Amino acid sequence: MIPYQVIITVKLGFKSLKLHKLRSVLTMLGIIFGVCSVIAMLAIGEGASFEAQEAIKRLGSNNILIRSLKPPEQSRQQTSGGGRGGQIKYGLTYDDGARLQATIPGVVRVLPMRIIRENVRFQRSEVPCQIIGTLPFYPEVTGASVVRGRFLAHFDEEHKENVCVITTGLARRLFPFQDPLEHAVRIDAFYYRVVGIVQERSQPEQRSQSGKMEGQPLDNNVYIPLNASRTRFGDVLIRRSAGSFEAEEVQLHQVTVQMRDLAAVETADPQVKTLLSRFHDQNDYEVIVPLQLLRQAEQTKRIFNIVLGSIAAISLLVGGIGIMNIMLATVTERTREIGVRRALGAKKSDVMMQFLVETVVLAVGGGLIGVIVGVTVPLVVSQLTTMKTIVTLWSVLLAFGISGAVGIVFGLYPAKSAAELDPIEALRHE
Amino acid sequence: MVEAPRNPGSTSASAAVDSRGIIRIERLEKTYVLGEENIVRALAGVDLRIEQGSFVAIMGPSGSGKSTMLNILGCLDRPTAGSYFLGGEDVSRMSDDALSEVRGRRIGFIFQSYNLIAQLTVIENIQVPLFYRGQDLRTSYDRCVELAKLVGLGDRLTHRPTQLSGGQQQRVAIARSLVNDPLMILADEPTGNLDSRTGAEVLELITHLNQGGKTIVLVTHDDKVAARAHRIVRMKDGRIDQDIYRTAETAGLRQPERP
Repeated sequence: MIPYQVIITVKLGFKSLKLHKLRSVLTMLGIIFGVCSVIAMLAIGEGASFEAQEAIKRLGSNNILIRSLKPPEQSRQQTSGGGRGGQIKYGLTYDDGARLQATIPGVVRVLPMRIIRENVRFQRSEVPCQIIGTLPFYPEVTGASVVRGRFLAHFDEEHKENVCVITTGLARRLFPFQDPLEHAVRIDAFYYRVVGIVQERSQPEQRSQSGKMEGQPLDNNVYIPLNASRTRFGDVLIRRSAGSFEAEEVQLHQVTVQMRDLAAVETADPQVKTLLSRFHDQNDYEVIVPLQLLRQAEQTKRIFNIVLGSIAAISLLVGGIGIMNIMLATVTERTREIGVRRALGAKKSDVMMQFLVETVVLAVGGGLIGVIVGVTVPLVVSQLTTMKTIVTLWSVLLAFGISGAVGIVFGLYPAKSAAELDPIEALRHE
Repeated sequence: MVEAPRNPGSTSASAAVDSRGIIRIERLEKTYVLGEENIVRALAGVDLRIEQGSFVAIMGPSGSGKSTMLNILGCLDRPTAGSYFLGGEDVSRMSDDALSEVRGRRIGFIFQSYNLIAQLTVIENIQVPLFYRGQDLRTSYDRCVELAKLVGLGDRLTHRPTQLSGGQQQRVAIARSLVNDPLMILADEPTGNLDSRTGAEVLELITHLNQGGKTIVLVTHDDKVAARAHRIVRMKDGRIDQDIYRTAETAGLRQPERP
């Protein structure tokens, strides 16, 4: 067929479909829903995984995070041995930090952190916080930025100064009306002078009792010199709960190892694990490699896409069957027309093409409407909720392409049966 | 005149030898096998020759082979045996696609129930045969309008078939049958669905076309309709029973050689 003929055939398809508007629209619904759900679901999935990846990237893809973990109950019994009632010792040590710095190739910095939960008081207000004892290069490793004043200095560290830096969130809560700088806040029994305010790039997840990650990121952090933390709080931390109290000795809660580049992260990961396992009898730490998390997130996204794809395929299949059903009915209904066309010189292939084009017009028309609705739905969703949605071009093209393919695949059989009709029988058909 | 059994190579040669007979049917047979014991000989050896410009009516009771004859004449069906030359071309052994092409180029159909295509306008219905010939419809648009005017529907070009009366629809069908300038117009009970007045008008139009030189083959039950023809072929039991020339109108037409 020459293109001109194709144009006429497509026009004819539209005319035939316009003859039964309601039926055509109802037939298209299957494809519309199929295509719309593909695009909308992919957009929402894409948005969610984008956010997850951003969160992981904020941890720093060049970093390796090592966290202290309270060992499981049984192994604790063995190791605590005959120590004082209830006191356990676990977690990373100052020596671990030094060893990491000294032995792992490609290490830029090792950032130790002690994280203690304590209330911070200023005048009459009191806010539960994480008191993080750390070193002056904390902002360089984690990407936190100093908004006002300064971060902790080497001088503070050396002299165990009672100074602190607070996060913007805490500043808002504790000092709603004053400028926090140069004011003293009370933590436990000591006063610390606020010397700066920082904006976190990422929230170090709240540490729960078990040391696992917890959901809500509270932007209530106070940074004090590591030495000050060690001196003021001591290495033994006592936690009272439900009438009993538990003492635990933890030197460092988290160590962030900043590597030179991504390649160094890959090689350092097993080395870090080997090194730590040599000095830890019990499983009292976890190694988190954001780079691997990122890879996992990508893997998850791929699986998610496959699942979505299957759902979409099923809905498009159902839509396609609906179209085929209607087209078969149409062929029966228009048997006479087919006979007339054959009598007037139409070849089998012409009749076949006519019905195939009609089916494709139906499917692609449904696909087009589905694309429009499918692009609108994520927009509305992201307007009404906080969910982020990303409509990718490939998902639109995919959905559109599939709807066309559905038209061809499910149009072939009805078109073939139309073409195979005997012209004499068809002309006699009432 | 006895011809050797068909062989494709002889087609053009025989066309050159005898070009006066637009339709030449020789020993045409059509059998339908309905079951092992049930074989129907719808056509049992028919010889027929129709000259250019003649107006032939084919009549006969139901079961006489009239419909089968019509189907084969219209190239909608192929004979079991025998040959059929249409305009010098042996169409009795053609492929389905080739027959489609012959129908589109050589034959104009007029049906009892008009058979216009519902989703197309008057002018588009007239254009259908041209479309299947692969023509660019824009170049022949004016000619189609002329044909619509010829059948008296010049002012209804964009109407749909459902907006027209039966007589008007049949006129559109006549215009459609003329559009590819066919060798023969094959009309199957063209007035069967019309009242007598519009039927007469349509018949008048067909007669007028014949006077303009068109070859017309008309299948009918109606003696009054058949009375318009120059020649009446009556069929019975798959054979030609009577072949009557109406002498007044057939002056100058050659008598066929009866075998």
